Amino acid sequence: MSTPASTVAPAVSETTDPGRVEKPQKKALTERARAERKLGWMLCAPAALVMLAVTAYPILNAIWLSLQKSDLRFPGQSEFIGLDNYVTVLSSSLWWTDVWHTVVLTVISVAIELVLGMLLALAMHRAIFGRGLIRTSALIPYGIVTVVAAFAWRLAFSDADGGFMPGVLRSVGLLGAETDPLAQTSTFSTYVVAILAEVWKTTPFMALLLLAGLALVSDELHEAAKVDGATTWQRFWRITIPLMKPAILVALLFRTLDAFRIFDTVFVLSNNGSNRSVETVSVLGYNTLLSRLNLGLGSAVSVLIFLCVVLIAAMFVKGLGTNLAQQRGE
Amino acid sequence: MSERTSKKVFSWTAVNTVIVIAALFPVLWILSLSLKSADTVTDGRLIPAKFSLDNYEGIFTGSGGDVFTKALFNSLGIAIIATLIAVTLAAMAAYAIARLNFPGKTVILTAALAIAMFPPISVVGPLYNLWRQLGLFDTWQGLIIPYMTFTLPLAIYTLSAFFREIPWELEQAAQVDGATPFQAFRKIIVPLAAPGVFTTAILVFIFAWNDFVFAISLTSTERAQTVPAAISSFTGASQFSAPTGSIAAAAVIVTIPIIIMVLIFQRRIVAGLTAGAVKG
Repeated sequence: MSTPASTVAPAVSETTDPGRVEKPQKKALTERARAERKLGWMLCAPAALVMLAVTAYPILNAIWLSLQKSDLRFPGQSEFIGLDNYVTVLSSSLWWTDVWHTVVLTVISVAIELVLGMLLALAMHRAIFGRGLIRTSALIPYGIVTVVAAFAWRLAFSDADGGFMPGVLRSVGLLGAETDPLAQTSTFSTYVVAILAEVWKTTPFMALLLLAGLALVSDELHEAAKVDGATTWQRFWRITIPLMKPAILVALLFRTLDAFRIFDTVFVLSNNGSNRSVETVSVLGYNTLLSRLNLGLGSAVSVLIFLCVVLIAAMFVKGLGTNLAQQRGE
Repeated sequence: MSERTSKKVFSWTAVNTVIVIAALFPVLWILSLSLKSADTVTDGRLIPAKFSLDNYEGIFTGSGGDVFTKALFNSLGIAIIATLIAVTLAAMAAYAIARLNFPGKTVILTAALAIAMFPPISVVGPLYNLWRQLGLFDTWQGLIIPYMTFTLPLAIYTLSAFFREIPWELEQAAQVDGATPFQAFRKIIVPLAAPGVFTTAILVFIFAWNDFVFAISLTSTERAQTVPAAISSFTGASQFSAPTGSIAAAAVIVTIPIIIMVLIFQRRIVAGLTAGAVKG
């Protein structure tokens, strides 16, 4: 699931909304202003209600279920057991192994995407011809169904599925004759394929977010620095990067949260979740909830994933906040 | 000077070629795989030794019955309905956010932002449970509801960014001429907003078309199973190998609408994804 950068930007600019100035006049609401208010609420209500009903209610329900001993294979036997499910999850090595897999996949993919995304954004920004061509090509990985992309990588790398990559890798001596890169035992190569698939799919999105930030960097600054004798490299690090910092943080926020929720790619590469060598927390949640139908434990996993996401978001928002505050202070 | 120019042209040609190959290679690989004949599909060759359309014939008419055809119909129907509803609700909210003054605006935007970051897996369990009680499990509505919810934030933000660009004075002029706020919305803003609405619809459609988590959790049969879920449950010769040919052919078919949209609307998609970011 991808979300545009726009998701943060207007919320931030909201604090400087000129509409706020009118607040003191609240008491003297004219007929028209009152109608405007009413219309505003009426227009927002359906969207707000739907969002509330389909996210707030289920997450509260998940919290409630996570405090129960509830297994759909044994209906009618649920009982309130307090935090026992959390104790079970947090004291199992499986949870921590899967957290580790998720963190490794997230950090490495997002780091590679940032570098490649920046290069792609610079190429889209500066290309002297063929901009439409590279933009169109880059949008194909963005738009393609994630499951399809994951299968393209799996069918290329898996020996069992007859991929062409094992042969290529063996001919250059990177893979043993008997090893299947996507077998249960091949943790390292499964990581590599998962990261490749993730990076291929989402680098264009990263690049588009960065491209929006790149458009803000004025050519005059670059020209001035050039006249002063700055090299291309110096101009990139001293002008482009600092000016793009907010755009970079927003792009990193969205990609990190997205990567942390990684499900489709890992599910497909691990043969529908059965190969656990790089199982992520979302796949663990799915398996507990829907394969083993353990609603109590599965809900505890869901709530813990939710808390991780909140934590990551809070860290970024704090970073973003201080960054914007610094800019305003100048 | 001309030598420098030709050097530049050469290096940009190289850069563009690398980007195009990197972006298209996996797609071309799956296309090549789908065109292999049944006996050569797992031969590990990059280019088919023998071209055949057997795999396509197989998924549309073959032994698997009409699993794929039904999934394709479900995918299209569910994605289109979810897009229509999400865009309608979002357009109403975005209009209010971009144009009207009312308390609670920030609450809506913050809630939308929170939902944009929300992990879908966290609501899958309760929804599965609830949908079974309400009879929504394995139905179109059962998928349409989560899809429209999870695309509303994206739609609201993208649309309100577009709506802010619309010339405000025209609406005021209409109101001076006696139109009510609602008439001004319907007759002046809607036509001006159409391009932004269209762009948003493309992004929402791509999300719904793409989803996998909800599709495999909230459906179980061909009644509502969408293509990504159907592909992942295609059965192969053994537990450990995938029915490569059918998967590849199905993969190519679901990719075609995306490629068509990207080819026709690439400018709009880029504008939609970066809308508002520039203002930040």
